[in-house]
Amino acid sequence: MVVADECFDATAVAALLQPVVDRHRRDPLRLLQILREAQEVLGYLPRTALTAIADAVELPRARVEGVAGFYSFLHLQPVGRYRILFSDNVTDRMLGSVELMDRLCHRLWIERGKVSEDGLVSVDTTSCTGMCDQGPALLVNGRPLTRLSAERIDRISELVRAQVAVSDWPEEWFLVADNIRRRDVLLATASTPGEAMRAAVARGREPLLDELKRSNLRGRGGAGFTTHTKWEAARCAPCRDPQGGRYLVCNADEGEPGTFKDRVLLASHADLVFDGMSVAAFAIGARQGLLYLRGEYAWLLPALNENLARRRRNGLLGVAACGQQDWNFDIDIHLGAGAYVCGEETALLESLEGRRGVPRIRPPYPAQQGYRGQPTVVNNVETLCKVGLIALRGGDWFAGLGTKQSTGTKLLSIAGDVESPGVYEYPFGVSIDQVLHDCGAGNAQAVQVGGPSGSCLALHEFTRRIAFEDVPTAGAFTVFGAHRDLFEVARNFAHFFAHESCGFCTPCRVGTTLVANCMDKIARGDGSQYDINEIFRIHRLLHAASHCGLGQTACNPLFDTLNKFRPAYERRLRSLDFVPAFDLDQSLSIARQMTVRDDPAAHFGPAAGVQRAER
Amino acid sequence: MNTPTLLLDGLPVPFSVGQTIMEAATAAGIFIPHLCHHPDFKPQGSCKLCTVKANGRYVSACTMPAKDGMEVENNSPDLNDKRRTLLQMLFVEGNHFCPSCEKSGDCLLQALAYELEMLTAHFPQFYPDRPVDASHPEVLLDFNRCILCELCVRASREVDGKNVFALSGRGIGKHLIVNAESGRLADTGFSLADKAAHVCPVGVILAKRRGFLQPIGCRRYDRQPIGMQFASPPGSGGNGPEH
Repeated sequence: MVVADECFDATAVAALLQPVVDRHRRDPLRLLQILREAQEVLGYLPRTALTAIADAVELPRARVEGVAGFYSFLHLQPVGRYRILFSDNVTDRMLGSVELMDRLCHRLWIERGKVSEDGLVSVDTTSCTGMCDQGPALLVNGRPLTRLSAERIDRISELVRAQVAVSDWPEEWFLVADNIRRRDVLLATASTPGEAMRAAVARGREPLLDELKRSNLRGRGGAGFTTHTKWEAARCAPCRDPQGGRYLVCNADEGEPGTFKDRVLLASHADLVFDGMSVAAFAIGARQGLLYLRGEYAWLLPALNENLARRRRNGLLGVAACGQQDWNFDIDIHLGAGAYVCGEETALLESLEGRRGVPRIRPPYPAQQGYRGQPTVVNNVETLCKVGLIALRGGDWFAGLGTKQSTGTKLLSIAGDVESPGVYEYPFGVSIDQVLHDCGAGNAQAVQVGGPSGSCLALHEFTRRIAFEDVPTAGAFTVFGAHRDLFEVARNFAHFFAHESCGFCTPCRVGTTLVANCMDKIARGDGSQYDINEIFRIHRLLHAASHCGLGQTACNPLFDTLNKFRPAYERRLRSLDFVPAFDLDQSLSIARQMTVRDDPAAHFGPAAGVQRAER
Repeated sequence: MNTPTLLLDGLPVPFSVGQTIMEAATAAGIFIPHLCHHPDFKPQGSCKLCTVKANGRYVSACTMPAKDGMEVENNSPDLNDKRRTLLQMLFVEGNHFCPSCEKSGDCLLQALAYELEMLTAHFPQFYPDRPVDASHPEVLLDFNRCILCELCVRASREVDGKNVFALSGRGIGKHLIVNAESGRLADTGFSLADKAAHVCPVGVILAKRRGFLQPIGCRRYDRQPIGMQFASPPGSGGNGPEH
């Protein structure tokens, strides 16, 4: 049954939400967490709930509504009791996700994106869920379901119709495999919890920083900033509020389509992640660590929280953490709610502070003014694991791996047209050819390195190397076989960016949508050279004028594919002259539907001609 | 000590430390196109109309601190072309129909479109569905023209202390909302006396029953193009548009 807004009486809602707001100390900085949990209680966020929450945290109601309206996983309208979201990454599509979603909609007799009339179920897509090595995947009420097949879809429709609780669905459907295919120093390390932390404490702060400097570790989140420089800046920056101290943030908002290595690290190497966080916090003198976990990985939360509780019991966290009398340190996990842009470090900080995930103006950088305006280090999950290894084995050891500019190893999330998708760890400097050989990509025509915001490499570039000085990457490595249509790949990416733009600045907000529309126009067969020129023009504008990296890189995959795989576009063009996007006959379709009239005279243009000819 | 100076299109522009490029230019009577910038409020840098090239890099003039010796390119064909495209994007994103708009002649968006010689909207129109809110006795909200500059948000928060406005949604779905459970302006504490009632650079927040008291054709930007109003030296009565 759909719970209508008016059923949610204000007093009843406030009473239902009281435990939630109290658990978060009515702290406005915890607004996103409060909204998430309120939604778990109520199913969605009715108007009365937003008012009640605004009153509890003493924020303007519109501010609360603005935050709730920003995140994909928060709903201001009623949603189905079974909320099914198909992962819409290009690899899921290559594995048949579109057909499977149609099949499910058909069997459940519902339309995509709409709640069934009885309020039972809704089916839609969501951006990459980080399961590309075991897709097609979906999220049902936040839980990932991998390796979908037609049979599984049919079973799902039966379970939904029989109203079987998701917790009673077959357990093996929800299994998430690690798929680790190649281990190097990181994945082969079996350190005991706290070992890296104790090694760091034994070295002492200054020598530890020296080791990090010698390691020449660069951030694994994509930008490749030298970790030591970032830490040094945060350590030396004055605290605006001396009571607040410094903060260490682990960026676990792995949203780049095609990447999933952080998922594996958090699932199977969480101790190394937390050790790395502790080491970093010790080095910069932070008392509080925050792990920002993407909403798609909410299923990892219970195990991660148990791990933290265990660390507190063992004296690795809390008062006098790790035996250091003068150091209190603890880690808190914040959950995101479906917003790719929050992987950008300043948007992540905004989200951590309970606001819309809009990237901040820089400078000041987080190292000077980050979380709560205090000096903050934001490091990627993989970077912090590497920090742990450096604390254990020293900077020189680490610098001896990889290349001079890119020391150490890199985890790659390999998916697409390969025999063995999964996580591969290589020393930096490995060639694309080598990786393709190892993962069993026999007939690749292109590799998208670094996800949609990265670069698309063609056959003649496969001798290039994974390293900051050649092909940099945050980890995604998506392989496209010779039979794949790179226009459709680029179109999927264009829609991804239009969906994930935060909307703050004009070029990104409007430009990404214009580009997605342009790609749809070409896909429909209404494209011309004019449209390709438009894409280039918008690309130049976005690159120059966008507020953050999302907008600046949004057209990269189109730019690359247009330059390297132009025939994929050109064979779709109707003419080399302009063809308008506006289709008069199509625009009349609503009128035809309303008047229940579909005779030839109700058509216009070529469609009318076809109809008449058929007659 | 010498006054710090930047070079704006080759002209030396002195500034005081802490000023942005926009502030330095405005003080010198040089016009940098802008929409979301307003001298009374903290810069936000979202409309990107003020994109300039500083030492070879594209930056927002309203948020970028001026630096001594900085070379800034402002009035160039490349930048004006980008600005024109941004204006076209704003025009197709909303529903802007200047001939029937009561803000015509007083509208910053329209004035900039004339200034930058935007002859067509170029891109296909989005025609968004944005219902008008006429609930308030004194003020009409016509969201069709909203360019999301957030000046009303900032004015209501920082000057009026009322927080009447905020933004919701994201991407192309980003939109202005008001602070009421009903979603209606009448149910907020908004008043025509608020600062927020008078900062809208376009025609979203309109005082009722006053639209044509001053006839179209005799309004601020009808009299003189925006760029020329700015170009007058400070203090001569033409130092920038009234906001």
